Amino acid sequence: MIDYEYLKPKDLEEVFSLLKSYGERAVLIAGGTDVMVNIRNKKLAPEALISLRGLEDLAYVKKGEDGYHIGALATHRMLETSSLVQSELSALYDGASQVGSVQIRNVATVGGNICNAAPSADTASPLLALDAVAVLRGPGGSRKVPLTEFFTGPSQTVRASDEVLVEFEIPSEMGQFGSAYHKHSRRKAMDLPILGVAVSLKIEGEIIRDARIALSVAAPTPMRAMEAEAYLKGKKLSDDVLIEAGKIAANEASPRDSLRGKAWYRKEMIETFVPRMAHKALERLKNR
Amino acid sequence: MKKITVSFTLNGDQVEAEVPSTWNLLRTLREYFEITGPKEGCGVGECGACTVLIDGKAVNSCIYPVAEVEGKTVTTIEGLAGEDGTLHPLQKAFLENNGVQCGFCTSGMIMSAKALLDENPDPDEDEIRTSLSGNLCRCTGYVQIVESVQKAAEMMKDKS
Ligand SMILES: Cc1cc2nc3c(=O)[nH]c(=O)nc-3n(C[C@H](O)[C@H](O)[C@H](O)COP(=O)(O)OP(=O)(O)OC[C@H]3O[C@@H](n4cnc5c(N)ncnc54)[C@H](O)[C@@H]3O)c2cc1C
Ligand code: FES
Ligand code: FES
Repeated sequence: MIDYEYLKPKDLEEVFSLLKSYGERAVLIAGGTDVMVNIRNKKLAPEALISLRGLEDLAYVKKGEDGYHIGALATHRMLETSSLVQSELSALYDGASQVGSVQIRNVATVGGNICNAAPSADTASPLLALDAVAVLRGPGGSRKVPLTEFFTGPSQTVRASDEVLVEFEIPSEMGQFGSAYHKHSRRKAMDLPILGVAVSLKIEGEIIRDARIALSVAAPTPMRAMEAEAYLKGKKLSDDVLIEAGKIAANEASPRDSLRGKAWYRKEMIETFVPRMAHKALERLKNR
Repeated sequence: MKKITVSFTLNGDQVEAEVPSTWNLLRTLREYFEITGPKEGCGVGECGACTVLIDGKAVNSCIYPVAEVEGKTVTTIEGLAGEDGTLHPLQKAFLENNGVQCGFCTSGMIMSAKALLDENPDPDEDEIRTSLSGNLCRCTGYVQIVESVQKAAEMMKDKS
């Protein structure tokens, strides 16, 4: 039978001391949209839930001299309605605004989306394409982990059991990139992606100065297609160049056959959507 | 069975409940308070039949831990009509425009629509459909529901 205590610490210190005393028997809960469903489906049977919702000061999106800061407790709805995210971190807007429904987005957090580490997490590719760094805090202090090193497998991350994800940092330089994310799914809403493609680009005149390409559901973890990125750097912008980048990215991916889609199909869709998202990113940069 | 006590505002009244700490808000509303407007369709956030407002925002009460409503304001479909029984414009519009057939989805639909209209009194069809995308209806085909929300928005504008 399911029976757990519901603990509501008021600050991080209290979270750490509860994590210490409960150890593996406790599970952290933020919005709970993954945790509550997993408990109901009997994938989780904790003795205690440690709520992070008391850490209200970790629900923010802001821009400082040192870049963008997104608190782990920021909800997808906060990101979706933030004009800063819409205009300067557009790929993240695309991802957050397509998570579940309004009801889900009102409570589900970006920290939960990343810590849950589903290969299909809709904010993973956008954050990867924006060079996000995860800030983890434990009883001994903080450490920063680039998101490229954060995921270690499906539902697995480098987060230690006594650590809390407190925020994401995005370098201010990313503000000069245009970015876009495509969630490829069968239904418009309430569906997980068959594939996710995020592209961010920096352009000078006709020359692509820098690029990031991130893919989800294309490998066991969300990934960056770094060969395709390297190919794009310094190239003169053209349809052919973007199409070639799509082909390289598809080769870097290692998708599997699943009920939602076959591996070959996912690869073809990578080829299709890398150029499309590049165009969308450039379009947004122009209209800024 | 571990228990917790929570106090919150429910449809305008200050209330308190002592329930198992594993309960979600939906179960607390239905079994402790006998507020049965919110329904359980799926129990996992997919169908929206359990939608209520917490501090004005639409949420799925089936996956909302009851411990988290402490100090908050919860509104269910039971809280929409006036003291004298006068229906809310959304309730009227759903009845008059065939937005209701079997009724199972209706309380959730209306609560999602209420959250939308409170924030955006003049939504376009896309905005209505986006706001209702987490609410499934197996009867109407959605067209009459969208029309009901549009009619309610008009009624509310005429009033104010
Ligand atoms: C109906 C439905 C539809 C959904 N649709 C989508 C979708 O379209 N796209 C998508 O990507 N996801 C979707 N999800 C999954 C889920 O909503 C997201 O992954 C969400 O962002 C999780 O956030 P949360 O705050 O609810 O996490 P929780 O459930 O609270 O936590 C998730 C995990 O992260 C851990 N955790 C949470 N916060 C922290 C932190 N700060 N530090 C350390 N660990 C932490 C928890 O221990 C847990 O393991 C859907 C879920 C439902 C129920
Ligand atoms: S019962 Fe809550 S969403 Fe279906
Ligand atoms: S009226 Fe029957 S489910 Fe919507």
